[in-house]
Amino acid sequence: MSRVEFMQGNTACAEGALAAGCGFFAGYPITPSTEVAEHMAAKLPKRKGVFVQMEDEIASIAAVIGASWTGARAMTATSGPGFSLMMENLGYAVMTETPCVVVNIQRGGPSTGQPTLGAQGDMLQCRFGSHGDYSIIALSPSSVQEMFELTAKAFSLSERYRVPAFLMGDEIIGHMRERLTIPDSVEVAARRRLEPGTLPYTAGEDGIPGFPTFGQGYGVHVTGLTHDERGYPAATNPRLHEKLVMRLVHKVESARKEMADYVVTNPGAEQVFISYGAPARSVFQLLHDRPGEEIGHLRLRVVWPFPEFALGEFPDAKTFLVPEMNLGQVAREIQRHTDVPVIPVPRLGGDLHPPAMLAKALEASR
Amino acid sequence: MSFRDWYRADRLPTIYCAGCGNGTVINCALHAVDTLGWRWEDTIFVSGIGCSSRAPGYIRTDSLHTTHGRALAFATGIKLARPELHVVVFTGDGDLAAIGGNHFIHACRRNVDMTVICMNNWIYGMTGGQGSPTTPRGAITTTTPYGSGEGVFDLSALAVAAGANHVARWTSYHVKELTNAIDAGLRTPGFSLIEVLTQCPTAYGRRNKLREVSDTIEYLKTHAILLQRYNRLVAEGKPVPEDMFTVGEFVRRNRPAMGVPP
Ligand SMILES: Cc1ncc(C[n+]2csc(CCOP(=O)(O)OP(=O)(O)O)c2C)c(N)n1
Ligand code: SF4
Ligand SMILES: [Mg+2]
Repeated sequence: MSRVEFMQGNTACAEGALAAGCGFFAGYPITPSTEVAEHMAAKLPKRKGVFVQMEDEIASIAAVIGASWTGARAMTATSGPGFSLMMENLGYAVMTETPCVVVNIQRGGPSTGQPTLGAQGDMLQCRFGSHGDYSIIALSPSSVQEMFELTAKAFSLSERYRVPAFLMGDEIIGHMRERLTIPDSVEVAARRRLEPGTLPYTAGEDGIPGFPTFGQGYGVHVTGLTHDERGYPAATNPRLHEKLVMRLVHKVESARKEMADYVVTNPGAEQVFISYGAPARSVFQLLHDRPGEEIGHLRLRVVWPFPEFALGEFPDAKTFLVPEMNLGQVAREIQRHTDVPVIPVPRLGGDLHPPAMLAKALEASR
Repeated sequence: MSFRDWYRADRLPTIYCAGCGNGTVINCALHAVDTLGWRWEDTIFVSGIGCSSRAPGYIRTDSLHTTHGRALAFATGIKLARPELHVVVFTGDGDLAAIGGNHFIHACRRNVDMTVICMNNWIYGMTGGQGSPTTPRGAITTTTPYGSGEGVFDLSALAVAAGANHVARWTSYHVKELTNAIDAGLRTPGFSLIEVLTQCPTAYGRRNKLREVSDTIEYLKTHAILLQRYNRLVAEGKPVPEDMFTVGEFVRRNRPAMGVPP
């Protein structure tokens, strides 16, 4: 029997992680994400899991990666300033193909900015913030229910593809309280084991190598240096580096269809809102207030890798309107994939787009 | 098994310069784990970035070569998630005390059950000889071409003050004592730091009148003073030359520790 609760988004995120079998959490307090850590601190020890408050966010993501190599499903949660600190080690997780879930409850930046108000200003940072070329997975919840579901899904995707998965929430959804239905169990893809006799970084057709868990006699070497299929450093071999980076990117990008997760409303519409996260709520309101009009809505639950084919769900589209709590970070990505005019509807300051603001953008685009 | 069996044969020779002290330290560490009867399957070597941090790459166990300065944070994750695994960290003076200084004191404070072996060569070896937090005053490095004017960290004293259960310092000359100290570190529940003063002829010795490898070894031999002897001299009010450094076991205690197997 599933159970129904009334819960804060951040708590629902922690519950989603626990339901997905998260056994290790390392973090450092930061508004507006702290409730995730606090809930994990209360719950994990009772389930033989590990919670540790580290000395900073660099150490937090490092501990998460270390724990992941022992086979644990591991997670951290943070916000802007802490997210910035994590960038180097996130690149390490990408290069070493370490499953891990990073929750970012976004707040207004740059710098310390607006600790208690929401934003979506880190959408490109999560995609490109560490040095070098790579791809990652990012999910964006628009409700408390999705804080639960998409956190669990982040584990599934990260374990399966061996790449960091980001839950890109924001203060509004993180601190909102709503009805949450918690299912009895949540299915999470298991990390595929490395077949004995296979080299640790030999990948199958899907580009994903099997995982050689520490402490099981694999004797595997893991390094952030460019490495060959044995895992040994080979940092001065140009073609080997190219091949490795191309595989790391390809294993994510080639699975865009498999990972795609979006909701289509009114596919015949000429004017289409594209949203993710909190601004979707303003679009809901607008559509609710104008029942007679055919207004399209594409709501992305997975933002990265970007499902460009989803734009084709609206064959009659004449304009894409993109409300974001940033200056158009994902709108820029949409523009790359379509000839249909893309109109960013930016909102800074920490509060949601008023539906009237969206209505105005809609009229102006007609 | 012999300590030789702990090496990844297909990774040798190492990248180390002729005369580098790191090989000696790795030999001593592998000798200690082997003699203690640890299984390579249950032992994890972790490191940051630097010449010293390349060590785990040459050892056949599971090994995690991480980012500069962060080895102890990665190692904390491993040890807390799976306390039954043995965790040994190789690090350098820059890795441990400069970029990793905060992780260092906090790992000591948590007293996480691991053994940390720091090859302190007073220099950034890997990047070609820049000043580090242990570069002696007056020493010439590429970033202190007129002599270092900065103070120096005593890594062992720092670890004692920060709460580590076991702290010892030896040198690459004191092979037997070093091996015994590592053995004591491996046996002690909680955080153990073994600081090893090591020669780096390429990036340090060359610029500091220690041109030959044997010059640094001779220096380490003649300037090391056993802790007990030092304490006696001080108690008797006798002078201790300023350029001497203490070696020996600074602390072995049993404060509450984290990540100790049940
Ligand atoms: C974040 C970051 N900054 C700088 C470097 C460059 N770097 C590589 S090794 C090193 C210093 C290593 O010194 P130490 O830890 O003493 O090791 P040694 O080579 O002397 O054994 C530096 C600064 C890096 N790899 N990462
Ligand atoms: S630079 Fe120094 S520390 Fe590095 S390998 Fe050469 S001698 Fe050893
Ligand atoms: Mg050094």
